[in-house]
Amino acid sequence: MIAAFALILVCQLFGEVVSELFDLPVPGPVIGLVLLFFGLLIKRKPPKVLTDAADNLLIHFSLLFVPAGVGVVTQMDRLKGDWLPIAAALIISTLLAIVLTAMLMSKLLPKPTEPSAADTAKDAS
Amino acid sequence: METDITQLWVYLSAKPLTGLTITLVAYAVGFWLYQKSDRNPLCNPVVIAIALIAMLLKVTGTPYATYFEGAQFVHFLLGPATVALAVPLFRQTETLKRAMPVIIFGVLFGSLIASASTVLLAWGLGASPETLASLAPKSVTTPVAMGIAENIGGVPALTAVCVIATGIVGATLGPMVMNIARIKDWRARGFAMGVGSHGIGTARAFQVNETAGAFSGLAMGLNTLATALTIPFLWHWIFG
Repeated sequence: MIAAFALILVCQLFGEVVSELFDLPVPGPVIGLVLLFFGLLIKRKPPKVLTDAADNLLIHFSLLFVPAGVGVVTQMDRLKGDWLPIAAALIISTLLAIVLTAMLMSKLLPKPTEPSAADTAKDAS
Repeated sequence: METDITQLWVYLSAKPLTGLTITLVAYAVGFWLYQKSDRNPLCNPVVIAIALIAMLLKVTGTPYATYFEGAQFVHFLLGPATVALAVPLFRQTETLKRAMPVIIFGVLFGSLIASASTVLLAWGLGASPETLASLAPKSVTTPVAMGIAENIGGVPALTAVCVIATGIVGATLGPMVMNIARIKDWRARGFAMGVGSHGIGTARAFQVNETAGAFSGLAMGLNTLATALTIPFLWHWIFG
């Protein structure tokens, strides 16, 4: 477990360093994500400790948003000043992106050869 | 008596332990209410936790910075959790290989619609430049969105709030809008939730249907990459 967390942190640290060194607009953790993903592709069979550590971090993913969300208390003035564009963008463009993407993908995704093909892909994980 | 309590609070609030404990307790309360409500999406545990903590800070007059001293330990985990997204993404490798061009096109399409419609709409309604830059990356997961906002001249704290609100809007209203549009393919529905409302939408998709959840996780991971790789360059190119 410690080794798995260490590996995840090493990927993140590498990402932060690369992002800083080359002055990239891409945040460090995203570079870390890409690095770990390619590592897994090469390794093919990820060690169970790593997948367990990742799953444990992600089970409580939504909890991790709370501290940043409480930051709303520092943004009250800006929210009051720009409430209409913010509310419109949040509601209209979020739903627009969801419905248009869903329409596009339901047209383009290849029909599964057997009805449960998509489910078995998930079960295999 | 009241001064005793006040003094006790002054002492306690200066300890990181307090902010950390409040965060976990508020989330536990939110999650309990969510389950009590039969997992009603309107009873989102993140919203409940944020509302409870914000009220507590207001009532006690505690500055956000003091609270964050403790809450930063939870906040810190967003970085490693973002890296950990590589694992669910890796599990979708087979799906990715089978429909690679369609999936990449879908993610780029969704990412562009989400950010372009946001910026155009907010600009048309007179938002300030900082607000525009803070809103642009609102459909990707918080740490990445905050990083992008910082890069293009937004306010990271405002971005965090907008990202979470986006997740909640998508998770609560997204399925209804897709029902109205009569989209029945679970893969397409999950995919759209992941592109439009990141982790909060993905958490919701997993609760409704396994396939939808898997596609949502895939789309969220790829959208994080697509948005982080395109928005900053597009932004600097368009606005200089």
